[in-house]
Amino acid sequence: MVAPQKEVKQLDRVIIRFAGDSGDGMQLTGDRFTQETAAFGNDLVTLPNFPAEIRAPQGTLPGVSSFQVHFADHDILTAGDAPDVLVAMNPAALRANLGDLHKGATIIVDTHDFTARNLTKAGYKDNPLEGDALAEYAVHTVDLTGMTVESVKEFGLSRKDASRAKNMFALGLLSWMYGRPTDPTTTFLAKRFAKVPDIRDANITAFKAGWNFGETTEAFAVQYEIKPAVLPPGTYRNITGNLALAYGLVAGGVQSGLPVFLGTYPITPASDILHELSKHKSFGVTTFQAEDEIAGVGAAIGASYAGHLGVTSTSGPGVALKSEAIGLAVMTELPLVVVDVQRGGPSTGLPTKTEQADLLQAMFGRNGEAPVPVIAPQSPGDCFAAAVEATRIAVTYRTPVLLLSDGYLANGSEPWRVPTVDELPVIDPDFATEKNHGSGEDAEFWPYLRDEQTLARPWAIPGTPGLEHRIGGLEKGDGHGNISYDPANHDFMVRTRQAKVDRIADSIPLVEVDDPSGEAKVLVLGWGSTYGPIGAGVRRVRKAGYHVAQAHLRHLNPFPSNLGEVLKGYDKVLVPEMNLGQLSLLLRAKYLVDAVGYNHVRGLPLKATELAHAIGELVGQAEGIDVELGVWGEPTQKEHI
Amino acid sequence: MSTSPLTDLGLPGLRSGTELVPAHDAAADGPQTGKDFTSDQEVRWCPGCGDYAVLKAVQSFLPDLGLRRENIVFVSGIGCSSRFPYYLDTYGMHSIHGRAPSIATGIATAREDLSVWVVTGDGDALSIGGNHLIHALRRNVNMTILLFNNRIYGLTKGQYSPTSETGKVTKSTPMGSLDHPFNPVSLALGAEASFVARTIDSDRKHLTQVLAAAAAHRGTSLVEIYQNCPIFNDGAFDAIKSPDTKADAIIPLVHGEPVTFGAPSEDGRGSRALVRDQATGGVTVVATAEVDAADIVVHDAHNPDPTMAFAISRLTDAGYLNTSPIGIFRQVERPTYDDQAREQVALSIPENDDTADRAARLAALIGGGDTWTII
Repeated sequence: MVAPQKEVKQLDRVIIRFAGDSGDGMQLTGDRFTQETAAFGNDLVTLPNFPAEIRAPQGTLPGVSSFQVHFADHDILTAGDAPDVLVAMNPAALRANLGDLHKGATIIVDTHDFTARNLTKAGYKDNPLEGDALAEYAVHTVDLTGMTVESVKEFGLSRKDASRAKNMFALGLLSWMYGRPTDPTTTFLAKRFAKVPDIRDANITAFKAGWNFGETTEAFAVQYEIKPAVLPPGTYRNITGNLALAYGLVAGGVQSGLPVFLGTYPITPASDILHELSKHKSFGVTTFQAEDEIAGVGAAIGASYAGHLGVTSTSGPGVALKSEAIGLAVMTELPLVVVDVQRGGPSTGLPTKTEQADLLQAMFGRNGEAPVPVIAPQSPGDCFAAAVEATRIAVTYRTPVLLLSDGYLANGSEPWRVPTVDELPVIDPDFATEKNHGSGEDAEFWPYLRDEQTLARPWAIPGTPGLEHRIGGLEKGDGHGNISYDPANHDFMVRTRQAKVDRIADSIPLVEVDDPSGEAKVLVLGWGSTYGPIGAGVRRVRKAGYHVAQAHLRHLNPFPSNLGEVLKGYDKVLVPEMNLGQLSLLLRAKYLVDAVGYNHVRGLPLKATELAHAIGELVGQAEGIDVELGVWGEPTQKEHI
Repeated sequence: MSTSPLTDLGLPGLRSGTELVPAHDAAADGPQTGKDFTSDQEVRWCPGCGDYAVLKAVQSFLPDLGLRRENIVFVSGIGCSSRFPYYLDTYGMHSIHGRAPSIATGIATAREDLSVWVVTGDGDALSIGGNHLIHALRRNVNMTILLFNNRIYGLTKGQYSPTSETGKVTKSTPMGSLDHPFNPVSLALGAEASFVARTIDSDRKHLTQVLAAAAAHRGTSLVEIYQNCPIFNDGAFDAIKSPDTKADAIIPLVHGEPVTFGAPSEDGRGSRALVRDQATGGVTVVATAEVDAADIVVHDAHNPDPTMAFAISRLTDAGYLNTSPIGIFRQVERPTYDDQAREQVALSIPENDDTADRAARLAALIGGGDTWTII
């Protein structure tokens, strides 16, 4: 279907943002473009961005929903700072996104909705498509809606239904521009709308009409080609963080031989984990949608006591509600995986936006000395391995584990190399079956007699004869586990629970530092979803000719055992976070290191360009030089990043 | 009697509460006695506490269940009564305030082979844990909830509770409490509980009968136990316990029997009777001698419609307890949440399920969708 008469330009990467009203289907459009791009073999990173309201008032700025996809012929780390192409379906979408574009960016506008009423709703006094308000951009004005309605009129749909296919027309046009394969989308539409043939045919027709329009119209003179990326060998699929996390929990169940029990309550942006796990009953997965957050974790703790892998999934406000129950799991020393898909806070905050501000809640948000292991994935695909690791720690050490994902990882996607099952760890629940104290007639089961190496207590599940025992939230006597108010015992047990969590460090890898030249004086240390932006920022600084080291933490409690040594090896440590410095605080407290924070809480991922400048400044200070990043400090530079 | 469409979809029919729990083998393991269920922990309730009587009754009743001891789990929340699990030599968890029903829901849903019991109090179940209680009842999870109602906060030393009568003078309410109390039976019926009963700590025989019926019921059984707190609310149930007054105070509910109470007349019927009140749709108390015998309400615990049971529950005094219906208010069959949840899982697991098959299916799952291979 490629038109030979048109010029084909090679690009190494492109950032496209689809933007429209929340009812315009922009998330679906972006997702389809992503699937086509994944099928084509580019590396990619996506950034969905949508309002918390399901249908905010039509045509208004708060109602704008967008989906950004960055794809390239080489490995990339972020969804990109500034779009090269904006597809704006109405005036509000144009106005809300224009500020993010770089000069010279391409804008494709659906002119149909640029009516006086819609312009007013978006806050435009004058039509920006007239006059020179957009003179610095390459603007294509197209009546996408009008052409869509025209192209599908044979199906006899109402004008409203017909115009709803405009997102597929736009997708067809963009698919032509960037030489995307069309089969995945036509197959998808045929399946999705199989029960409503008119809608199915209208969407497929609109999609093809969009492609054909690009091919034939003189308005679009150039087609672009982005060659497939060269990635490490393996089987790949595109995956979002929430899907990968749900798969990781299924895998944790398979690898431990434990039935997974998810007790949870719907909450943005974590609900998709419940939706996904509810489909996997064939793996013995039970999902329980509880009456509230507390009941969700309560049921999960009950299931763990009964010998299942108890899991609860939530976001920050839910963790707050679950705090007391997590403390119970600390005291009863039962396996429990707590998934916190972080969102903007405090309180209800920004439900659909991303943030990393629950780290200290995860670390300390309970009464008493209640240490809980904390781990975080660094990319959407990495949510799989993080969930398996959370399971391993929870089951091996009989402890609740907090897994900190975030809204960006949850909804963002990337190509993921699918691991083979052989690569996954085997997790041994090692249930207690025998009495473990005394002998003969006096033999007893002591529920708090610990494994010497891990300090884990035995997990004896109901139904095991002779091991009847009682556990609970009251302090336990060392070994026998009966209630104890003895001062020395309490002091011992508090220290022992802490020591158990500390010992997890013996089973985790050392932190690896990426310092290619070995001459860096500055280390950039991050955790969670900032991995991509930090990596991209570091690459920019190195391209500009400077030395900088990068390390990223999977385990936040306990830290890898070499972290202190690593930190000592650098003059300056920069800690970028989407919070006001929570990891910085922990590092300063534990290692007395003068960590420098780089902190933004805008509800969006950090920007690589901004990070490059922050790193550059610190490199300048550390080395006593003037750092000039040149083009590598510009968001628009087109070289490999 | 089931009204759920799910039963027509191959989901399980109705079974007894302990049907899937392994039975004790007396021939092989010897007979069970109350002592087998008594842990080595010293019981630490106040002298004279009604909890002792309930503990003793439960310890001597458990052998009658005929279940393997290791397959019985007691879960409690927080409060005086919630120490209960420590004193029973079964599996048990003393959890956190108000949350025992949610923890028990996890246990009961995870395992069909366990007999799950919740021990809770009026503050634990009706104040901090009210939400979990009504949802457990709504879902009909297979468990028995023993709600010790002493109408006071004991462990925190004497504040009024959600079942205390209005105007109660306590440490936290020196001028008298203002809130209207819950009637636990009315609340449970409103939550569409499938088994609701009320009994008294000091009446071992009635208590044991109710426990047996509750354990045999498949679904959530709520048993309210009037329990005297001798320290902070002594005498709260004197009217229904005192030999002088109890005939007039207790309205005994026996399935299939006309409901009468008060000093019996020659025909053995009580001097007062319940009849329908046409004006309100509820029930009212009249002199037995003054009504046609056919008009006296015959207690039907199995009535699918809870209206009459609710009307009877309203005869409980909200203030000082001078009158209270006692017995099984409602006992109907309804599919349980946990049976159906397990059945959905069981129906989904393929026949050839084993470790190797799961690994193969896991590989297919994570490697599904649109994939591409780079060599």
